[in-house]
Amino acid sequence: MIVIENLTKRHGSTPCVDGVNLTIAAGGVTSIIGPNGAGKSSLLSLIARLMDKDSGRVQVDGLDIDTTRSEVLARRLSILRQDNHISSRLTVRDLVGFGRYPWSQGRLTAQDRAKVEEAIGFLHLEDLADRFLDELSGGQRQRAHISMVLCQDTDYVMLDEPLNNLDMKHARNMMRLIRRAADELGKTVVLVLHDINFASWYSDHIVAMKAGRIVHAAPVAEIMQPDVLSSIYDMEIEVQEMDGKRIGLFYA
Amino acid sequence: MPLRERRPALVLVALAIVALIAAAAFMTLGAKGSWAFILEYRGTKLLGLCLVAYSIAVSTVLFQTVTGNRILTPSIMGFDALFVLVRTVIVFFFGFGALVAVPVKAQFGVEVVVMTGFAALLFHWLFLRGHRSLHLMVLVGIVFGVLFRNLSGFMQRMMDPVAFQNLQDTLFASFNRIDPTLLGVSFALVLTASLLMWRIAHSFDVLMLGRERAISLGVPYRRRVAMILGIIAVLVAVSTALVGPVTFFGLLVVSLAHVLCGDGRHRFILPASVLLGIICLVGGQTVLERVFAFDTALSIIIEFLGGLIFIFLLIRGAAR
Repeated sequence: MIVIENLTKRHGSTPCVDGVNLTIAAGGVTSIIGPNGAGKSSLLSLIARLMDKDSGRVQVDGLDIDTTRSEVLARRLSILRQDNHISSRLTVRDLVGFGRYPWSQGRLTAQDRAKVEEAIGFLHLEDLADRFLDELSGGQRQRAHISMVLCQDTDYVMLDEPLNNLDMKHARNMMRLIRRAADELGKTVVLVLHDINFASWYSDHIVAMKAGRIVHAAPVAEIMQPDVLSSIYDMEIEVQEMDGKRIGLFYA
Repeated sequence: MPLRERRPALVLVALAIVALIAAAAFMTLGAKGSWAFILEYRGTKLLGLCLVAYSIAVSTVLFQTVTGNRILTPSIMGFDALFVLVRTVIVFFFGFGALVAVPVKAQFGVEVVVMTGFAALLFHWLFLRGHRSLHLMVLVGIVFGVLFRNLSGFMQRMMDPVAFQNLQDTLFASFNRIDPTLLGVSFALVLTASLLMWRIAHSFDVLMLGRERAISLGVPYRRRVAMILGIIAVLVAVSTALVGPVTFFGLLVVSLAHVLCGDGRHRFILPASVLLGIICLVGGQTVLERVFAFDTALSIIIEFLGGLIFIFLLIRGAAR
C-alpha cells in the first residue's frame, strides 16, 4: 500500500502538486489521468523520490521514503520515466541485467541471470537480447526498458506515460503486458496515462488530477461517467458501454 | 564465449603488454653508466608518469560518467586556468624569485589545496544545495575558467617582461619536470582517493544510465555523485600540480579506450584508459627522448592529438 499525506511540491510559487492525500492499495493497475500540467508525472516522481518534495509524507508498505535507505526502497518500488536516452552503448541483456542491481550490487549470481532471462522472456525479447539498444525501434526499446523494470522485481512499478510514441498496436500490447504483470506477477502498477479509454479498459482504479490536486480517486466505473469526465477535462465527454467496458467519446 | 564478451578482456591484456614494453624501454634504452643510478633515477620518473596517467585517465572517466557526456573532461571546469592564476598571482605579487624560493612541497600543497577547494566549493554550491543541475555546474565552471584566464592575462600584461617569460615557461605542461620529492605525498593522495573509489565502484555503471534510473535502482545519488566529484577534484589537482595543465589528454585516452573496448562498462574502460595513458606518456616520452632526442615536446603532441579527437567527437555528435 502506498500512503501519501499532504504532499506538496512547488515550482517557484506555483504548486504543481498541492496538498495531495491518496492511498493506493496493493495489487492491480491504477491509472493517473488528467489534463496537461495537472501534476500527474510530478506526483509519480515524488512518490519514487526522483524529485524532492517541499512537504508531506510518502510511505511505501510502511517505509517512509525520507528515512528509508535508497537501496532498500529500490527493492520495493521501481519507476520508469519517458526519457529513454542512455549515453553508453548497451545490449538489451545488459540493460535488463541492471534491474538486478538493487539485489546483487552489480555482481550477477546464477539466480540473477535466471531472473534476467525470465524478464526478457516475459516481454518476448529473446531474439533481440544481444542487440544494442540503438539498433532497436522505439517500441522495442520501450519494451527493453519495461523488461529492466520488471527484472528489478519490485512489488510496486511506476510507469510515466508508457504509451508515449507507441502506435496503436504497440500501445495495446503494452497495456496487455501491464495487465499481465499485475495479474500473473502480482505487481502493483501505477501509471500516468493520457488516453482515458486505455485507462478505462485496462485499469482497476483511476486517479484523476487537476491543477495539482486529486479530484477523483475511485474504481473505473465511477470515474468513467460523462459528468465526472467532463468536469476533469472541461469538455463534453460522452460515455458508452461496450462489452462491459466504458468508452469515452470526445471526438465530435 | 562470443567475441563481444571476450574482446574487452583481450584488449586489456594487449594494452598491459604494450604498457610493460613501454616501461621496460623507458627504463633501459640508451642507458650508460651505473645501473643502480639509472634504475633509481628513471624509476622515480616512471612512477611519476604512471601516477599522472592514472590520475588523468580515472578522473576523466568518472567525470564523463557523472555528467553522462562523452566529450567532457574535468579540465573544462577551469582547473587549468586556476593553476595558471595561482602561479601568476604568486609571481605578480612576490616576483619570480618567490616561485623559485618557496619550497616545492609548500607550493605543491598550496596548489592542491586551492584547486581541490575551488572544485569542492563549486560542486557544493551548484550541486548539493538544491540546484542539482550538472550542466549548470559545467557552464559555471567554464565561465570561471574564462574569468581566471582573463585575470591571469591582465596581471601578466602588467608584469615585468623577464618575470613574465620565466613564468610562461612554468605554465606549459611538462611531463619531464615531475619533482621526485613530491611523489610520496602525491601517491598517498591518489591512493586515498582510489580506495574511496574502490568502495563505490559497483555503482559507476548504474550512474551511467542517468540520474533517474540510478535513483530508481537504489543509488543514493546525491551523496554518491558528491563523493565522486571529490575524488575527481583530488586527482585533477594532484596531476595538474605535478605536470601543469593538460586539457585533452584525458579525452584522448578515454575515447581511445571506448573505441578499443567497444564496451562502456567501467571494469573495462577504467583499466583500459589508465593503460592507454601510461602507454602514451611513458612510450611517448621514451620515443621523444631516446629516438628523437627532443625534450619537453610530448605535452604538445599529446594535446594536439587530443584536440583532434575532441573536434572529431564534436563533428560526429553534430552529425547525429
